[in-house]
Amino acid sequence: MGHDVFEITINSVKMLVIFLLMVQLVPVLVWVERRGSAFIQSRLGPNRVGPLGLTQLLADAVKFLQKEEFLPEHGYGLIFYAAPILALIPAALAFASIPLSAPIHINQFLWNGHSFGPYDFEFQSFHFGVGIVYVLGVSSLGAYSLLMAGWGSSNKYSLMGALRASAQTISYELALGLSLVGAIMVFGTFDFSEMIHFQSQPLTSLLGVHFNIPALNWGIFYQPLGAILYFAATFAETNRLPFDLPEAEGELVAGYHTEYGGLKMLMFYIGEYGHMMVGSALMVTFYFGGYLIPGMTVEQVHNLLGTWLHIGANPLAIVTALVLHVVFFIKVLFFLWVFVWVRWTLPRFRYDQLMDLGWKTMLPWALANVIITAGWMLFKGMH
Amino acid sequence: MMPLFAALALLFFVAIFGAALLLVAKLLSTRSKPSKVKSEAYECGLPEQSTGNTKIPVKFYLTAILFILFDIEIIFMYPWAVSFRDFAARGAGFYAFGVMGIFLLIFIFGLFWEVKSRALEWE
Repeated sequence: MGHDVFEITINSVKMLVIFLLMVQLVPVLVWVERRGSAFIQSRLGPNRVGPLGLTQLLADAVKFLQKEEFLPEHGYGLIFYAAPILALIPAALAFASIPLSAPIHINQFLWNGHSFGPYDFEFQSFHFGVGIVYVLGVSSLGAYSLLMAGWGSSNKYSLMGALRASAQTISYELALGLSLVGAIMVFGTFDFSEMIHFQSQPLTSLLGVHFNIPALNWGIFYQPLGAILYFAATFAETNRLPFDLPEAEGELVAGYHTEYGGLKMLMFYIGEYGHMMVGSALMVTFYFGGYLIPGMTVEQVHNLLGTWLHIGANPLAIVTALVLHVVFFIKVLFFLWVFVWVRWTLPRFRYDQLMDLGWKTMLPWALANVIITAGWMLFKGMH
Repeated sequence: MMPLFAALALLFFVAIFGAALLLVAKLLSTRSKPSKVKSEAYECGLPEQSTGNTKIPVKFYLTAILFILFDIEIIFMYPWAVSFRDFAARGAGFYAFGVMGIFLLIFIFGLFWEVKSRALEWE
């Protein structure tokens, strides 16, 4: 965590801030989802509370807080109450290990008569060398929360929804895990920071055309099929339409969270949106260059900002990191918007179609992607 | 070791955060007045037909078992994938691909057999 008090404090605060960032993005996403859905359907959506309806969720949260708490008659209390807490954990843990911006190097400085530094801070809560293995492992824990919610409420619709949800989640986890194998082969690493380092190199040729654009060596140019498979599997992992079978209102009342209300329901929402955020952030990190600005390396951004703003080296490093952080979030928000967009574009699948798509279409295609990638790397010589 | 402790610390923090949220909701909410009808399982407002202890299709169990098999097979591909570039750079790419090819053939055979034996049919 660090070598002196300053570094340990910064790292602890950073962990807290990244977690709260994730939680605080949820109201914004709910607003985007509701307004976006409304505009796609030629409605206005919530626009009465605050400017553009932005404070709608604040009002909702107050209402959530006042809701009566009760346990269903045959429910199992411990499991019933633990499920919403467990829904928060996978998303929070996975999101914490994704680099949100370029690492910051702070030179030695004097403060209060003491000399501090030099420090190197990373814009992620913790840096695992096996980043992607850790994220996949942690996000599979989400299935437990679904099953516990279904089992704990002791309602047959909840149980059916939970079973469907967990069967769907684990089925698409195969396609998701296998679609990332191709990307790992191209990058040759599990480490997110090294993946972004690979993508920060210049792109020199594409489909036989030669050019030279800095910082555009993105994964999407090496793994187009893998990117499509990964993103499709993410929709199923997060139980979003067109794969929202667990919540099919016509068949099951509301799926695994039928018996939940108030703040417990909100926690399931935070978990689901957090999962979407992790999926989009991974999509950006793997295939769309993470926090990189196309055409500009991190050093170029740093130097450009240095010529614009005449500030010291330490504030400049922080400003650069914040600018790249904004770039990362613009990319992530685009993919989050795609989640809303797809929701109102594609109809829901039938359950057997869903399972067929996962096992018989996406799994073989992901396998083919691995073989194609290996062959391409051997014959085109990409080392 | 350090990131592991940081992750554990975050795990405990999130768990306590979630529990604290539930506690706050409990304290701020209106007094709970359970009644016979209110604490029944919600089934679209109709009288409760059955509790959650219903029979579960064995299909879900089969899916879970198949998932474990295939997931382990995919996990075995990860170390190979991460070192494939090094193998190719040192001229052992075809060897590495050939060795993995045998494993992939077994994987594909397993998938094919599974589809053929109708283990994945949902009706």
